[in-house]
Amino acid sequence: MRFLDEYRREADAQKFVRAIEQLVTRPWTIMEICGGQTHNLIKFGIDRLLPQAVTLVHGPGCPVCVTPLELIDKAICIAQQPGVIFTSFGDMLRVPGSNSDLLSARARGADVRMVYSPLDALTLAQKNPDREVVFFAVGFETTAPGNAMAVWQARELGLRNFSILCAHVLVPPAIRAILASPDNHIQAFLAAGHVCTVMGTREYEPIAAQYRIPIVVTGFEPLDLLQGLYMALRALEEGRWGVEIQYTRSVTRQGNQAAQQLMYQVFEVCDRQWRGIGLIPASGYRLRATWAEFDAERRFNLVDVRAQESPLCIAGQILQGLKKPPHCPAFGTECTPEHPLGAPMVSSEGACAAYYQYGQHA
Amino acid sequence: MIELQCPIPISDYPVVTLAHGGGGRLSQLLIERMFVPAFANAVLETLHDGAVLELNGARLAFSTDSFTVSPLFFPGGDIGSLAVYGTVNDLAMCGARPLALAVGFILEEGLPMEELWRVIVSMQRAAVAVGVPIVTGDTKVVERGKGDGIFINTTGVGVVLPGVHIAPQRAVPGDRVLINGSIAEHGIAIMAQREGLAFETELVSDSAPLLDLVLRVLEVGGEHVHVLRDPTRGGVASALNEIAAKACVGIRLDEERIPVTEAVRGACEILGFDPLYVANEGKCIAIVAPEVADHVLETMRAHPQGAHAACIGEVVPDHPGKVFMRSRIGGLRVVDMLSGEQLPRIC
Repeated sequence: MRFLDEYRREADAQKFVRAIEQLVTRPWTIMEICGGQTHNLIKFGIDRLLPQAVTLVHGPGCPVCVTPLELIDKAICIAQQPGVIFTSFGDMLRVPGSNSDLLSARARGADVRMVYSPLDALTLAQKNPDREVVFFAVGFETTAPGNAMAVWQARELGLRNFSILCAHVLVPPAIRAILASPDNHIQAFLAAGHVCTVMGTREYEPIAAQYRIPIVVTGFEPLDLLQGLYMALRALEEGRWGVEIQYTRSVTRQGNQAAQQLMYQVFEVCDRQWRGIGLIPASGYRLRATWAEFDAERRFNLVDVRAQESPLCIAGQILQGLKKPPHCPAFGTECTPEHPLGAPMVSSEGACAAYYQYGQHA
Repeated sequence: MIELQCPIPISDYPVVTLAHGGGGRLSQLLIERMFVPAFANAVLETLHDGAVLELNGARLAFSTDSFTVSPLFFPGGDIGSLAVYGTVNDLAMCGARPLALAVGFILEEGLPMEELWRVIVSMQRAAVAVGVPIVTGDTKVVERGKGDGIFINTTGVGVVLPGVHIAPQRAVPGDRVLINGSIAEHGIAIMAQREGLAFETELVSDSAPLLDLVLRVLEVGGEHVHVLRDPTRGGVASALNEIAAKACVGIRLDEERIPVTEAVRGACEILGFDPLYVANEGKCIAIVAPEVADHVLETMRAHPQGAHAACIGEVVPDHPGKVFMRSRIGGLRVVDMLSGEQLPRIC
């Protein structure tokens, strides 16, 4: 299949593995930011092909994992209100809140629907003028333009029964938070190709310069990941730092400027709680005041929602790359995909789920 | 006396969720913790696609299945033919020639009579095609809003062929794992139709009768055919995990050799689905001794239901109870059982 098979050729993969083996002279620790990258590294067994000197650490780039518990509780609270159709990407439905998840809310009678795009939620709002349609707007800069477009179109269409529960998060502040931590041991980053397709790479340049580290914007296919790792390791071995783009078939330095403009029109930067990590200043998007009519938090009365994390879950340390999933005493015992204690065990991008599903517990 | 206390802690799942019917680990949990202990008996505990009962020296295969597909009509089939093939296929997976089917309808008030008739005609044609009569049945009607148009249950009996011993426990190291064609077609076709996902190529369900194919496989493989299984809900991965666990063997797959059509692969990539976990309705996994593997594979390929048959892996003595797969780029990973429904990813 075109655009797929050429990035999954075994002979080419082996070439990169050999090149990495020849290149590496001492131990290095690299963090891949995006949960999609984590999953493919483990799904294709790339982690097991690399020399032992290379340690991969899994980053916080899983939107499902870092969406704060409080917002999931709010989502469940809104979904249970009469007259509401609560819509969400499939991934979010199984994530545990304090007491429940959206799928269980549906089993108890809430009208929770999975959609593939925020524009599907908009269509639902048009077709059901007597119902309140709420979309759970989660994700990094990748999903923000689509969600901004939904709000923008809702205004164009004059829809009064559509709102979003906004939980957007941003990558660069998270990288800064990791690098600023006194416990940090990350020496290079694979940045997320899809995020940078939208945002470009300019905002990563000052980070690379300040912390003198290589940041390689990398794609998601096995050969992308191997090439990104090779580029990061070469920079480390040669003592270079700065931003490089591996994912050139999609990423430019400027990014998608039409998408950026729409996002800035609808959203503004705000402080954001990250699940398991805590508050990171200026790390999220919220709707601008001029778009407040589409803010589900204002539309529904949610004052009493208070969140309580499972005391066993070490998701925060996993999302910051301080620990790996098997280091968690609950991993594979109290915490499994059927009974997740924390979000990383749920999502198709969560590190714990990747380790569990593709065999690091075996 | 069994203890009348719910064995699945209330704190875990106070209510049934859709994932309990997904064919993965939560379905298995219901079966293992509730049904098997409550109905405890040796036949049930084999946990095969159907039960095999001894009767005056003959072996009767007995199987039941319920069908709740939405939409009722989909590319490649409909609920009627699916209900006939599903149970006939389950009997075939026991190594049995079906004798007769019973059918139970649960109809929703307001269902157009014309739709019901189309389903009945489709069932009649399917039954004639596989040569199995529908000999008894039942009909119930539920209030509008309490059903999804039509639910169908079919139950079948058949006679296990002489000299044939099909059981998951019979998988032994060295056996080859064969499949009669491309996987994941039914689940993706239904999903695309239900969710209104438009792809350039039409996705068609693989819903088909497997009886004739299985009879030919048994003809050439005989007692060397150790396990047969139709990987419906939960897909190939869940079926192979169940077999590995039952037989206490490992199974090693080779991703490169697993047939998946371009259209299905593309749809799976877009949705973030793994085709190994997507439902099939016209596929048969055959685990056979190595000495007959080539012959069985040729037989499959010569059959209309098996043109794209392939050997996708083998049974190994290592990692008992687990399924591993060699990835396209040469890495190794576990193929675990599906834990709930597969959900489309965010980005």
